[in-house]
Amino acid sequence: MTNVINQLEQALKRDDVPAFRAGDTIKVQVKVVEGSRSRVQLFQGVVLRVQGSGVGRTFTVRKVSFGVGVERTFPLHSPIFESIEVVTRGDVRRAKLYYLRNLRGKAAKIKERRDI
Amino acid sequence: MTFERNVKGLLGTKLGMTQTWDENNRIVPVTVIAATTNVVAGVRTPDSDGYNAVQVAYGEIEARKVTKPQAGQFAKAGITPRRHVVEIRTADASTYTVGQELVAADIFAAGEEIDVTGTSKGKGFAGVMKRHGFHGVGASHGAHRNHRKPGSIGACATPGRVFKGTRMAGRMGGDTVTTQNVTVHAVDAEKGLVLLKGAVPGPKGSLVVLRSAAKKQEASK
Repeated sequence: MTNVINQLEQALKRDDVPAFRAGDTIKVQVKVVEGSRSRVQLFQGVVLRVQGSGVGRTFTVRKVSFGVGVERTFPLHSPIFESIEVVTRGDVRRAKLYYLRNLRGKAAKIKERRDI
Repeated sequence: MTFERNVKGLLGTKLGMTQTWDENNRIVPVTVIAATTNVVAGVRTPDSDGYNAVQVAYGEIEARKVTKPQAGQFAKAGITPRRHVVEIRTADASTYTVGQELVAADIFAAGEEIDVTGTSKGKGFAGVMKRHGFHGVGASHGAHRNHRKPGSIGACATPGRVFKGTRMAGRMGGDTVTTQNVTVHAVDAEKGLVLLKGAVPGPKGSLVVLRSAAKKQEASK
C-alpha cells in the first residue's frame, strides 16, 4: 500500500541535489517566471534547517540583504531549481540554527568544517 | 424512479496522501486512490427493476469467503467474486454491459470534479467540543472543572425534559461522509491510480466511492 506511494514519490524526487546540512552555505539558482519570460535568480545563504522526509523535505536558507535578514524555505525536490551548489561546509553543533537570527555581523559567522 | 443525470462511478481503496507539483511548479497535496479491477456486476433498468443504475464490483476476495447468494450473483454476471458491490444511479445505465471492466483512465480525466464518499475515521466517545464544535466554558473567571462541558441542555419545569436530538457527547466518526467537488489531479492508467487534489474521508486502506460531481453537472446543463 505504502509501496505505491513510495514509488510515486521516488519518481518525483530529484537526484541532482547535493548533500548538505544546517550550517552549510549554499547557492540556490531559482527559476522565476515573469509573465512570459523566465530568468534565474540567485539566492545564497546559510542553511538554517533541513526538515521533513521523502518528497516533502524542505530546507530554509537565510541571508542578510542590505542589513535585513531574509529567509526562504524551499521544497528540496522542487522543480523550480536550476541548480543547488554547496559553497562552504559549516561546523555547527545544532541541526536547527535558529540562534543565528539573534546574531549580527561577526558573531553570526559560521566556522568552516574541516574533514580529517 | 428513473435517475436523470449521467453519473460515472468507480470504487477504489484510499492508499494515503503525498504531494506533487503542478504545471506552475506549485505543490499540490494529493490523495492516492487505487481503482483497479472495477467490473460491472449488473445493470438496473426501469423496465425490470423500476430504476436505473450500474452495479459496480471491486476488490479481491477468496471465492470460499463469498456467501452462496452472492456467489450466485457473481456467477450469473460471469465474473470472479469481488469484495465490494455498489450501485451507482445513472441515466445512461443501459450503455453498460454486464462483465465489462471499468478502467480508471477511461472514466475520469485530469481536471474533472468528482464527489468522494467514504467512511470517516472513528473518533470513539468524543465530547461536545470535538463532536459538535461547542465553545466549552471559560478557562478562568472561577470556572470550576467544567472547561469542556456543554453548559445548559434545556430549561426547567417547562418543558421539564431534554428535547430529543439535543447535541451531546457520544460516538463520533465512522459515518458515511461525502466530500464534494474534489478535483482529479491525474489518472495513472498503468497502475490504475487516481490522484485527487486534497483530502478525502476515511483511513488508509478504506473503500471510497468516486462519482461525478452532483453539483457541477447541474450547473453545466
